[in-house]
Amino acid sequence: MSKLFSIKEDRSLYPEKNVEGKIDVDLSSHKYLKMWHGPQHPGITGNMSLEITLLGDEVMDCETHVGYLHRGFEKLMERRKYIQCFPLVCRVAVPEPDFNEYCFAAAMEELAGIEVPETAQWLRTLVLEMGRLSSYLMWIGGQSGAFGQGIVGQWSNYMRDSILDRFEELTGGRIYHMYIIPGGVRGLLPDGFKDRMEENLKFIESMMKDIDRVMFNNAVFKKRSVGMGIIEKEWVTKFGITGPNARSTGIPMDVRKDYPYLMYPKLDFEPVTAQYSDIYNRADVRRRDLLMSVDLIRQIMAKMPEKGEIRAETPNVLHWKVPAGQTYKRAECTRGEYGYFMVSDGSEYPRRINVRGPSYTHAVALLEKMIINCNLSDIAGLMVSLHTYPPEIER
Amino acid sequence: MKELIDRLKTSYTVEDYIQQRSDLAHITVSKETAVDFISHLQRVEGYKHLVILTAVDWIEDGKFQLTYLLNNPEMKNDINVKVFIERENATMESIHHLWEQARTYQRELKEMFGIDFPGSPGVDKPFILEGWHDLPPYRRDFDTKKYSEETYFPRPGREKNDPATYMKQKLYPNE
Repeated sequence: MSKLFSIKEDRSLYPEKNVEGKIDVDLSSHKYLKMWHGPQHPGITGNMSLEITLLGDEVMDCETHVGYLHRGFEKLMERRKYIQCFPLVCRVAVPEPDFNEYCFAAAMEELAGIEVPETAQWLRTLVLEMGRLSSYLMWIGGQSGAFGQGIVGQWSNYMRDSILDRFEELTGGRIYHMYIIPGGVRGLLPDGFKDRMEENLKFIESMMKDIDRVMFNNAVFKKRSVGMGIIEKEWVTKFGITGPNARSTGIPMDVRKDYPYLMYPKLDFEPVTAQYSDIYNRADVRRRDLLMSVDLIRQIMAKMPEKGEIRAETPNVLHWKVPAGQTYKRAECTRGEYGYFMVSDGSEYPRRINVRGPSYTHAVALLEKMIINCNLSDIAGLMVSLHTYPPEIER
Repeated sequence: MKELIDRLKTSYTVEDYIQQRSDLAHITVSKETAVDFISHLQRVEGYKHLVILTAVDWIEDGKFQLTYLLNNPEMKNDINVKVFIERENATMESIHHLWEQARTYQRELKEMFGIDFPGSPGVDKPFILEGWHDLPPYRRDFDTKKYSEETYFPRPGREKNDPATYMKQKLYPNE
């Protein structure tokens, strides 16, 4: 075995970087290996791929490739009336479509000057928190699976299914709900919904204790995640990092607290933070955020009115001309700040919609930086720890 | 936010100030002073977070509107800095030295709108559309329907109905 591939700390034989911070790869030297990680790798959170250059089993260089899911949503919306965009917007993010629906509806309402009734706002808050819970439950399976603990993924899928049952009961759809519509929501809570929800929440809490034991207190998980993939505090503004990735560096930034929307000002919560951001702490912040979401759903169900107006008066949606203007609406999703920039020219069709998905910054610029010198077997865990989601990048 | 805009007006030409909400203002600056203005906002005024960088095609005026949405995490407000550039041979100064993620946005804008950002790393590399040789697809004059009709063949046996007349026939056949 050559000295180059030894695991000793001697890095004198490692290639030097050029002025652009990249190494000059000469594949014919047989030192390097080019490899594609994705788009069908089980450790990747959707269809994207990484073109990596390896030296031994260490990543020397990486380039993100996206575009496998590009359907041109933003362009398609320009050809559709506002209401016809609703089946499109939820498909921008599969794990939590409700944030798209909310941001799109809220931007429309702001431009059109529509006040949403209080009951509808409570129901929107409830749906957003349910979406957060189900998205975190999907993530936790991916994070543990990437480090070889398949069982946690099976448990969390079972828990997520119970939340999807409640979604189906409330909205008629399990994955895509189209429940939040301009002016309000589509319906009130069905009879007995709260009791069934409470049952699910108790079950999730008890299962989370098991996951805590199996995953977070597991020696293998700790050994592979503590001190791995650190995000520096200064990077937060430099790379546009938001959400749990930023909160785990110790900055308590949370759109729900900083830019209060819907009924969040009436709820009692504090942004979850950690001291420094490695894979373990990011996972822990998400775990605590998940439990906070359980608490918030309980608070919402206790405080929300049973009955009331759920839709404001709106023009006929097929002939609705939204007044000309531009606005940006944001919400806190599980991955960070989600936002919609909407431009209306006063016609029945949106002039331009731009979706700000948090993965746009996390999966391209940040990941390409963090992955350097990472071990091949840790790439999947690192990616999932950033909780990236490709359709937000390519829209 | 009005005080901030008044303060900025003393050193820069700021036009079309619109207070959209208490925490969001739209302003327009000229193409020549834009990058200087944005870096002033970032370094001096605390607008450290680049939320989005996107473009709007105002084809009827022959202009692209570049939108730099900047956020001040301490004051908790946003400024939408609008920059209008010519649609023909659209170029703009790069801001990749201010934010790391800006290069990704600029790469996307080059691909989708054909706006060039000379000097931005990797701006000429395809981002989402590999092997695309047509008009940049997010421009208003790119017709998606025409493109798909020309590129993809119709599926045999597929019937098309106009939704309004079809529903009328179904619901009120005698009228």
